[in-house]
Parts: sequence; structure tokens; C-alpha cells
Amino acid sequence: MQTDKILETIKMIDEECLDIRTITMGISLLDCADPDIHESCKKVENKICRLAKDLVKVGDDISREFGIPVVNKRISVTPIALLVAASGGDPVEYALTLERCAQKLGVNFIGGYSALVQKGFAKGDRELIESIPRALTLTQHVCSSVNIGSTKAGINMDAVKKMGQVVRTCAEMTADDNCMAAAKLVVFCNAPEDNPFMAGAFHGVGEADCVINVGVSGPGVVRAALAKLDKNASMDEVADLIKRTAFKITRMGQMVGREASKRLGVPFGIVDLSLAPTPAIGDSVAYILEEMGLDTCGAYGTTACLALLNDAVKKGGVMATSHVGGLSGAFIPVSEDAGMIAAASKGVLTLEKLEAMTAVCSVGLDMIVVDGNTSAEIISGVIADEAAIGMVNTKTTAVRIIPAIGKKVGEVLDFGGLLGSGPVIAINQTGNSIFVNRGGRIPAPLQALKN
Amino acid sequence: MKAVISVIGQDRVGILAMVANICAEHNVNVLEVSQTIVDGVFSMTMICDLEKLNITMDDFASKFEAFGEENNLVIRVMNYEIFQAMHSI
Repeated sequence: MQTDKILETIKMIDEECLDIRTITMGISLLDCADPDIHESCKKVENKICRLAKDLVKVGDDISREFGIPVVNKRISVTPIALLVAASGGDPVEYALTLERCAQKLGVNFIGGYSALVQKGFAKGDRELIESIPRALTLTQHVCSSVNIGSTKAGINMDAVKKMGQVVRTCAEMTADDNCMAAAKLVVFCNAPEDNPFMAGAFHGVGEADCVINVGVSGPGVVRAALAKLDKNASMDEVADLIKRTAFKITRMGQMVGREASKRLGVPFGIVDLSLAPTPAIGDSVAYILEEMGLDTCGAYGTTACLALLNDAVKKGGVMATSHVGGLSGAFIPVSEDAGMIAAASKGVLTLEKLEAMTAVCSVGLDMIVVDGNTSAEIISGVIADEAAIGMVNTKTTAVRIIPAIGKKVGEVLDFGGLLGSGPVIAINQTGNSIFVNRGGRIPAPLQALKN
Repeated sequence: MKAVISVIGQDRVGILAMVANICAEHNVNVLEVSQTIVDGVFSMTMICDLEKLNITMDDFASKFEAFGEENNLVIRVMNYEIFQAMHSI
């Protein structure tokens, strides 16, 4: 091994914020369903605490031994709506159970307070969705997601309408806590069932009983590599450099995932190839786009640069790991990315531009703070548009939007920690209530008919 | 298990000797050493065999970190596999 290679790795970790963003243990709770909700919750708690008892320790041990920070240790579980279907009762009891588990085990987040309603509501789904604002207000570590559309099923417009109201209520109920509940809720189209990243992680019903999924990070490493590239280098060279860098980052994720799986005695699921930013300086996806030659993220050319970045990350990463999954691409969460925060504060990065970007990135409108007076209908409209982009392009899209109660454009909502802080950005308030109130389903597009 | 000990800091007499000495104390065999000095900055990577290490890896790493702090050096002990994973196919 050459010294320069060793020093390159150390520099990536020390100066360029390379880390393993999360080791997420996916746990199936299907065998915990019981007609009595108290009994069901007891089984849930026992199973999670049994399987994940060493998760945090193993994450910390690996971090220490290999010298790579493992930032988050998390758990994802079977969508709780499935358990509510069997047990009935107040779904919030499950949220409180999950919160107890998270506190006992010391994990950062536990995801799966979820319902999958892309085609319609089954027993338990409505009750769960209705309870989301209360569940997220009464807990700190529980994350919730609802899948309201897919390429195969179309878009459930009744659910779209409902989720606009739920997002709004979440923000209202936690108005004195920076509207935090809305930051822990994601509305999906084409939700992946093995995503290790929060707030959208849940453990799909097609998954094994227990698996380890890993999410890598490394926007800082990609940016540092690009910074060394000649400003006259062609986009081919830019793509090639990103591919090579993504390969190295992903190899690290693969190794850590394998090691965690071995030490925990749990099968290894997937590596999520995502470039996930944090508010830390130098750990920004926006800065990568700017390094490609944009004065500020949001300028014309941003969507093209992001498309190249997203594709090159996948091409580089896919060969470095045995199983790719989750969201795998570039994330663009505004409040969690120093460059995006700056660009949005300047007014260069607008909601319309972000919507365009979501057509080519791995997620959707993520961690976007809007005017506190934004109505539930407007939020439903945003959700419907995002879902349509995902449905037609056969990709995951999501909405995690936070109406900042009591705040106006130009003010800032500060979540703290990994969620960062977001400037309130302008949102088009033109009415759409007849559309939103129609309900029903948007039929699946022709792309769905592949058989 | 193989590990990489990396040392970076202001150059002075005896750094390599001191690091090697700690390795010997703990029954660690040094397999490969590479060292450079650029503009007075000392940089060394040492690949070692920790098979017969007589304390835990965690204590061994802590010992080097403490030693580094006392001597104004940044010293890390990392499992060799991480470098292999990243740089070889």
C-alpha cells in the first residue's frame, strides 16, 4: 500500500467530512401483530430491544477500530399501519413504544410510523395517518412516512389531500418547537423499502426478518476532488472524476456494512449510494454543483449539473458494492446543506428550481421551510406535483416541507443538529382547492404497463 | 489483524524511534515503514501486525493518541482493511 493512498483516505476523513452516515437495522414486526394492542406493543418492544441491543456499541466499535466516524445508528421497522390493522386501538401507543425503544437503545431515530396507501386505504391506514401529528409531537425519535403514489398504482388523491392537512397540523402542534413534527414526516411516491436514511426509512414487507443497511456520505470528498480539477476540464472529465470518487466512498460503506453485519450476526442488506449533506461547512451538495461552475446553486445549469452528479455517483458506486438499494443518488435537503441554505437565503434557489431538480436527483423536495400561512391545500398541491414527477419518471420523490408557523419569507427556522436551519422561502399561493378536493385516483401511467 | 499507524506533525529527532518503541512494548511487529519530511512536516505511515498485541486495540490506539498529544503529533491507529477496501479491487 502506498503512503499517498493511506494519507488520501485519512485526509478524506479528517478534512473532507467523509463518514458513514448511518448504519440502519431493519426489523420486521409482522410477527408482533396481536389482536390486543398492549400485547402487540409489548412484543414490538421485546423484539426491537433484543435484536438491536448491540447496534450502537457495534457502530461505535467499528468507528473506533477503523477510524471512520459512524455518525448515526438507527432502526427502521415494518410500517406500523400493518400492526394497527391487526390490533386496532390508538396507534400513538405504538409511537410511544418505539420512542421507549429508541431511548433505551440510544439510537438517533427510529423510522416506520408509516402507511402505504398508494392505491387505497386498508384497515389501520386512516387511523395511523390521522394520528401522525400527535405521535410526532409526543415523541422525539420517531419518524413517519406515508407513500401516496407509485408508478404501478398511480396517485391516491384522497391521501394527497389528507397529507396536506397532516403536514399542516404537525407544524401547528409543534409551533413552539420549530415545527419539528413536520420535519420528521415524509410523503413519498415510489417509496423504497430498504432506505436507511431518515425520516423516510421503513422496513418493507418483502424484506428479511432483520437486516443491516448502510448509508454512506461524502459530498465534501467529491467537492474536494473537483476543486483540484482544471476549470477548463470538460464535463466528461468531471463525470469521470466523480465516478472514481464515488467508487472509493462506496467501498468504504460496503466494508463497514459487511463488518457490522458480521458483528451483529444479522444479514447485510444494501448500501445506499447517496451523497447526503450535513450543515457542516464543506459537506454540501450545493458546493459540488458550484464547483462544477455555477456561481450559486439555483443558477440555470443547476439541474444539468445535478443530473450528471446523480448519475456519476450511481455509476461509480454500483461496482463498489454487492447490493445497491435505498435512495442512492444525491440528496438536496435545503436546511441540511450549507450551500443550499446560502443559495435559498439569497433568493437564487427557489422552490420552482428545487422542483425541477427533484426530477433528476434521488429524492424530492426535502427540508424546505415555507410561509407559516401556507394552507393545507397548497401543501397538497406540492405533494401532488412531486408525486407526478416520481410516478412518470419511475423514481422516488418525496415531500418534506415545513410550514413555519408565525414566520414569513426571509425569516429562519432553526431545527439544530443534523436537521440544520432553513430560511423561509417563497411559495406560490395561487388557489387549487377544487383540484385538491376532487379526490379519487390519478391513474397509473403507461410506464406501469411493462408486463 | 493488520493496522496502519499514521503520524503527522512537526519534525524532530526520535519520532520514529519512539513510535517503534511503543510497538515493541506491546508485542507489535512492524511490517513496513514509509516516512517523508516536507518543509519540516514529518509524515509517517507504518503497517503493523497486531496479532500478538498484548492489550486491546482500543487501549493501544488510546495510548498512541495520548502520546501524540504530549508530543504535538497527530497519531492514528486504524484497521488496515479500510485502506484496502478503498484503494484495491
